Amino acid sequence: MTLRIYCLAVAAILALTQPQGGQAAERYITVASTTSTEASGLFRHLLPEFTKQSGIEVRVVAVGTGQALKLARSCDADVLFVHHKPSEERFVAEGFGVARHDVMYNDFVVVGPEADPAGIRGEADVAKALTAVAAAKAPFASRGDDSGTHKKERSLWTAAAIDVAAASGTWYRETGAGMGATLNTAAAMGAYALADRGTWLAFRNKAGMAVLSEGDRRLFNPYGVILVSEAKCPYTKSAPGQAFVDWLIAPAGQQAIAAFKLGGQQLFFPNAAAGGSRSRFISPLEGATPLA
Amino acid sequence: MSASILPGRLEALGFEAGGRRLIDGLTLAFEAGPRTVILGPNGAGKSLTLRLAHGLLAPSAGRVVWRTAGAGRRQALVFQRPVMLRRSAAANVDYALALRRVTGAERVRRRDKVLERTGLAELARRPARVLSTGEQQRLALARAWAIEPEVLFLDEPTASLDPAATRAVEAIVNAIHEAGTKIVMTTHDLGQARRLADEIVFLHRGRLVEHAAAETFFDAPASAEARAFLEGDLLW
Amino acid sequence: MDDFAGAFSAAFRLIATLDPGLAEIVGLSLRVSLVAVGLAALVGLPLGAALALLRFPGRRALTVAMNALMGMPPVVVGLIVYLLLSRAGPLGVLGLLFTPTAMIAAQFLLVVPIVAALARQVAEDLWAEYEEQLRSLGCAPGRAIPTLLWDGRFSLITAVLAGFGRASAEVGAVMIVGGNIDHVTRVMTTAIALETARGDLALALGLGVILMVLSLVINGAAFVLGETARAGAR
Repeated sequence: MTLRIYCLAVAAILALTQPQGGQAAERYITVASTTSTEASGLFRHLLPEFTKQSGIEVRVVAVGTGQALKLARSCDADVLFVHHKPSEERFVAEGFGVARHDVMYNDFVVVGPEADPAGIRGEADVAKALTAVAAAKAPFASRGDDSGTHKKERSLWTAAAIDVAAASGTWYRETGAGMGATLNTAAAMGAYALADRGTWLAFRNKAGMAVLSEGDRRLFNPYGVILVSEAKCPYTKSAPGQAFVDWLIAPAGQQAIAAFKLGGQQLFFPNAAAGGSRSRFISPLEGATPLA
Repeated sequence: MSASILPGRLEALGFEAGGRRLIDGLTLAFEAGPRTVILGPNGAGKSLTLRLAHGLLAPSAGRVVWRTAGAGRRQALVFQRPVMLRRSAAANVDYALALRRVTGAERVRRRDKVLERTGLAELARRPARVLSTGEQQRLALARAWAIEPEVLFLDEPTASLDPAATRAVEAIVNAIHEAGTKIVMTTHDLGQARRLADEIVFLHRGRLVEHAAAETFFDAPASAEARAFLEGDLLW
Repeated sequence: MDDFAGAFSAAFRLIATLDPGLAEIVGLSLRVSLVAVGLAALVGLPLGAALALLRFPGRRALTVAMNALMGMPPVVVGLIVYLLLSRAGPLGVLGLLFTPTAMIAAQFLLVVPIVAALARQVAEDLWAEYEEQLRSLGCAPGRAIPTLLWDGRFSLITAVLAGFGRASAEVGAVMIVGGNIDHVTRVMTTAIALETARGDLALALGLGVILMVLSLVINGAAFVLGETARAGAR
């Protein structure tokens, strides 16, 4: 009798695990993307439009670019939507991705305390700005998580010929966390940080921080979208995945991206039409804020 | 009913714990019929003897032999402190019956009968652990009775009870005996031994000193230890 | 700090307006954690009682392992479940990664050791009291497991609540195996993590307040229920 009661309890609880009513959730794709796109609110704006037009639900797993690439390599995503072009191209070259498409761009900015102890306000040459931060031994909060932003940041330190590994733990502090968490840390300890403009604009806890250096060509931040290859990952939902990629780079998706604004400011700039190359980098703020 | 488990014999029984011999060379037979009372001062090994005979403890020497196999299931033991399951009085009896695979109408019949005969019918729905100690001991007896054992062991069943409750327990023990169950009981209450015993087993320091009919034991104890015990001298 | 004031007004606003997004998140949180804890109780309670009653080879090792697993960081559990459920992992064919089922699995693994360890303690104490009586009645140790679980039911509620506390409060495991997907696997804790990442500390804290209130309500209800039942059947 005890056993019968036990079996009934197991069955009852297992019944709860099944989602009530298996709705239209059958047609969905999983997109591995970055925290910057999620935290800025872009997906909340973009995805309902796509779902309305296509009937395909898009499930976004927002992690760092490095982790997103790993997810896609383990075949746990159908589409990759990230921002580190060299890694993306390698991903395609290794056969994991079908093809890489330009979708949009924005730029990175160096943010820091209003007091600006390193004196980099208005420095348009990002390498010079970072050199000044290092010289002043002013605290700098790094993502340290192998994300797209982190990869970009390391390449900028290399460009400035500064070995941050040696300074790690002193003025150079690796949070090993997402963009938002790193900005929270930077705000709390008055540190400089590299952030993508989308996350920065959507970030609510700016606490005495400001954009101090921007506009360098090297701060260009392009986003690419890649359909995971069915050849490597047989479970890939190629048809709906391709539909999403096609929509993003088609006029409908491109216009939706351009229409996403926060506080009247456009966060991402569509560039699929540019044919996959960047002929000219236009700072999103060009003309809006005169650079010193 | 299958063949009786009686008589039961303890053969050269020994039990050691912590390097000390607590039961030593105990040979004794339990015959069907008489109410056997085990007497002796504290530490004589009365409770141990019951537990060894019932099979709760394994002897370190000698053996316990019942006439037929599987004797443990046809015995019951009532402890000094009643162990009550955290459920109603009736459910406590039901539990014992369920373990003996007594089901359905037969279970209800037996449960109601023993609760009635132990004066607990009114309290059947009460949680067992809110009953008074005397009621709990009566419930323990009811639970033991329900499984209709051939041998009922009782380990100082009234040691923590007041006179009224003691009388009730003794009456129930006699009723169980009259229904055909062999009684083996320990006590350190001489009055109780006189009231209940048909035969006395007198233990001292883990050894059997006397085994005699109750009248003989009380009127003319054969051993010096028994005489001293009956006269109220301290024995050690 | 105005974040604290903001937190309570944010929490109040979300509750007062019956925010549908919030309702969805709270509903999923409850469903995932209740199912995980329910299953963990069905496995952990008998397992704990068995560890207390049965003598079998490896029992001590299993007991120590259970106690050690109680302190297992949720992230590690999440990682293990992720590696199992990933398309590249042994259970990849099931396609369960980034679903509520995966989150239930992770929380289940987090909660079983707690429930089992606490149940073992309760069963051991009861067994000390019951052993002679039950053996005298002819109850084998295996048969005693349901007996002890039933008789220890009031103490075991606490064990299960401790498990529920761990399940509903953890973020590391569900973040990894659920992916914090909006409308699919976003629960209270991952939503809090997201709002923190967006720097909306007041909203994050507000969600935290709601989580705390929920936990209070559940614990309070269990307490009252337990007391009422205890008064009726000690």
